[in-house]
Amino acid sequence: MPDPTNDWPNALYDLLRANKITQFAYVPDAGHKVLIDRSLADPDAHAIPLTTEEEGVALLAGADLGGARGVLLMQSSGAGNCINLLSLTVGCRFPLLTLISMRGEFGEGNAWQFPMGQAVEPVLKAMGLVVLTCSAPEDVIPVVSNAITMSFQAGQAVAVLLSQRLIGAKKF
Amino acid sequence: MAKLNKIQMSNLPDAVLDRRQAVPALIENPADFLIVAGLAGAAQEITALTLDSPGVFGLGGAMGAAPMMGLGLALAQKDRRVLVVTGDGELLMNVGALATIALQNPPNLTVICVDNGHYGETGNQDSHTGLGVQLDKIAAGAGFPVVTTINTEEDLAEGRRLLREGGGLSFILLRVKEGPPNRVSRNLVPHQVRDRFRAALLKS
Repeated sequence: MPDPTNDWPNALYDLLRANKITQFAYVPDAGHKVLIDRSLADPDAHAIPLTTEEEGVALLAGADLGGARGVLLMQSSGAGNCINLLSLTVGCRFPLLTLISMRGEFGEGNAWQFPMGQAVEPVLKAMGLVVLTCSAPEDVIPVVSNAITMSFQAGQAVAVLLSQRLIGAKKF
Repeated sequence: MAKLNKIQMSNLPDAVLDRRQAVPALIENPADFLIVAGLAGAAQEITALTLDSPGVFGLGGAMGAAPMMGLGLALAQKDRRVLVVTGDGELLMNVGALATIALQNPPNLTVICVDNGHYGETGNQDSHTGLGVQLDKIAAGAGFPVVTTINTEEDLAEGRRLLREGGGLSFILLRVKEGPPNRVSRNLVPHQVRDRFRAALLKS
């Protein structure tokens, strides 16, 4: 068993799979490297690289129509690409779980990242999503575990933000 | 007024098929499939064909979603044949989805693009395909292993064969004339369309 604090990425993959999540949709990001690599290596999961994040919103709606569960892995800039398609999720009451590795916040050194990074939480809330944040390694497993309940049991659309406090700011 | 460039490399025959006959003639028995239909003409057409069946998820918004919804559904329901029925406008909005679908290569999925070359819902403006963009070539370049183009009534037989005999992931470009789809009154309450589709599929 991976240590849930020191090796939270591997513990997180195990948590998602233990909760019957089989479709891992992603636009590559360093913050999600372990999840992406493990889904690619997992014969019982689908690793689904996207050309743009909004594809993942539609994919996971289709998965739910067929009785399957998925997760959308993206960076904060991708959240902006999803906005209109979240009409599908919220309007139809599809469950949604998305894990968003943040840029443009704590410790960011690249000014290009700030407009979208700072807008992620307000625009997702404006679309009707529940937004939770993980800022420390010990947050990840309990926060995502509760997000899974809110999403797949209560039918909510839930975004979990993985802060740069947790994953570290990229160095420039 | 500036003119749009009509792409000269294409040498397409004029569309002759009427969607109101061609779509039913291609799909034949929709109850054999799980269907995701994109807005607007495609969803209206398929709703009319099935008399608003719960086995059809028809979009009333979220333009561009249908092909990827079909992928999620096809991966979740490997033992069922899944059809995406979409228009040229909707497919163009998220055309990268063709590349994403081809990488997964689900053998139980067919994407049908009903291509009338126009944005029929918004004033019948030319779409990119109406000016020469060829979605069948884009699908082939994206990696769809089977691509067929239907220009005439005779071509419909090959499309029907693909839908019935499978042969893997496929893309069918159904070229039709401008003109309205068949229509019936349909349920536009989004969550009811989801709930009834899942109830019919998962609780039976």
